[in-house]
Amino acid sequence: MIKLTHVSHVFAGRQGEVHALDDITLEVRRNELVTLVGRSGCGKSTMLRMVAGLLRPSSGTVTVAGEPVGKPRQDVSFMFQRAALLPWRTVLDNVLLPVEILRLDRAAKRRRAHELLELVGLAGFEKRLPHELSGGMQQRASLCRSLIQDPLVLLMDEPFSALDALTREELSIELQRIRMEQEMTIIFVTHSIEEAVLLADRVAVLSPRPGRLRKIVDVDIPRPRTLGRNAYADRVAEVSAELHELLMPAPIASEGAV
Amino acid sequence: MTAARRSGSRVARRLVDWGLPVLGLAALVALWWLATIVFSIEKFLVPAPDDVVEAFIGQAGFLMEQTWVTLLETVQGFAVAVVVGIPTAMAIASSRLLEKMIYPLLLAVNAVPKIAIAPILVVWMGFGPVPKIVMVFLLCFFPIVISTATGLKSTPAELTELVRSYDASRLQVFFKVRFPYALPQVMVGLKTAISLAVIGAVIAEFVGADAGLGFVIVQSGASADTPLAFAAMALLGVISIVLFYGLNALEKVILPWAEENR
Ligand SMILES: Nc1ncnc2c1ncn2[C@@H]1O[C@H](COP(=O)(O)OP(=O)(O)O)[C@@H](O)[C@H]1O
Ligand SMILES: [Mg+2]
Repeated sequence: MIKLTHVSHVFAGRQGEVHALDDITLEVRRNELVTLVGRSGCGKSTMLRMVAGLLRPSSGTVTVAGEPVGKPRQDVSFMFQRAALLPWRTVLDNVLLPVEILRLDRAAKRRRAHELLELVGLAGFEKRLPHELSGGMQQRASLCRSLIQDPLVLLMDEPFSALDALTREELSIELQRIRMEQEMTIIFVTHSIEEAVLLADRVAVLSPRPGRLRKIVDVDIPRPRTLGRNAYADRVAEVSAELHELLMPAPIASEGAV
Repeated sequence: MTAARRSGSRVARRLVDWGLPVLGLAALVALWWLATIVFSIEKFLVPAPDDVVEAFIGQAGFLMEQTWVTLLETVQGFAVAVVVGIPTAMAIASSRLLEKMIYPLLLAVNAVPKIAIAPILVVWMGFGPVPKIVMVFLLCFFPIVISTATGLKSTPAELTELVRSYDASRLQVFFKVRFPYALPQVMVGLKTAISLAVIGAVIAEFVGADAGLGFVIVQSGASADTPLAFAAMALLGVISIVLFYGLNALEKVILPWAEENR
């Protein structure tokens, strides 16, 4: 569904060039959820922005559904770390923003918006303004907005990382539920190993800048997964440990307990 | 019970909101009154409050007419500044080239003391309302343009990125995001401008006018009718306050989200 082939990117920054990504080749299959982990600044956001058509790679090609990505596509939607809601719009109107800009069928989408809000537990908050909601609720509204165009591909850039741990877990579970209801191919960037393991079919680990694909780890743990005590706790711990070793530089890993 | 307590606290807050400024005003007037009596100041130097009230009542009709003249000049000049200023700010915010062209010019014009221009305006445009409107415009224009341009340029990156991800057109980006986002900042400019607007009208009236509160002040100064001058000044104060709080109220109605976001 998503294919990056020998993708590299160099930013022409103020203090010279920044080599952000180096020779990334990665294929994300249809309906797969790949989490992307790596140190901050290793080019994760850059990679998503390329798939979204917001940025052209310096070299290499990016395709979505077999077509090279030129400009933003309607069936690819983006969810950011910050909720990025328009403060003057109600929750419902925020969710319907893409419908207005993309000129989709309003009546049908309005119904869909109510469904989605219900699904994430925001029923009854349609007429509220964003500042009247908690951070978690804002991010839920933002999730609804990124789902309203029925995307084939959902790009999520650390969407839950500004939230407290419990809300984050709640939202991760909701995301799994939504995936069961609707087929979607997802790239999910996260800092959290827990989150990566909880959500992923595969975890792509990037090396520090310039970002190279260090390893792809398969997460063959049955769903639905939770972070609490469960039958697969051993397997979860094993995968987490592997990711931890890949992400932490060697000296620290040998010093402390992993 | 809780509801009663809540509404009680609301009444209390109202009392504080309105009561305190009124109390402050009353204290000031009392002090002023006391000073005129204790130091037995001459009426033509500093009139007592009751002299001012007397002057006001004695010429109420005349003063109202002059108030209307000044108010009209103020509002017209302000309106022209809004109508010209906001598009200018849009031009500045939308194009680097235009910004580089217009900005230095704007700064230079703003640096000229407006009082220096007032006599020239009279030479050019006579004693009618036009030079006053122009003066008001000149004072209002700058803060409106600066604030609006600042607001238009302060759209958070994530909102721009969001609408870009829908491949939105420039017009859509502008009307759906940038302009509404700038509105609170536009209001800041309007509020600064409206306070200057009244000053502009009075300056222009000082220099050459046959009507308006500024004209009344000049005239009563010449004839040592200080109580009348004070009455005119009080009316100028009232105009300023009414216009400013009018804008404030408008902001509360059309931008209910703004307070929580800034
Ligand atoms: N527009 C830009 N201009 C210059 N450098 C940039 C730009 N965007 C990102 N970078 C740099 O590229 C690197 C990767 O950034 P990013 O993809 O945001 O990292 P991540 O999301 O993994 O934290 C960083 O070092 C960052 O400073
Ligand atoms: Mg990032």
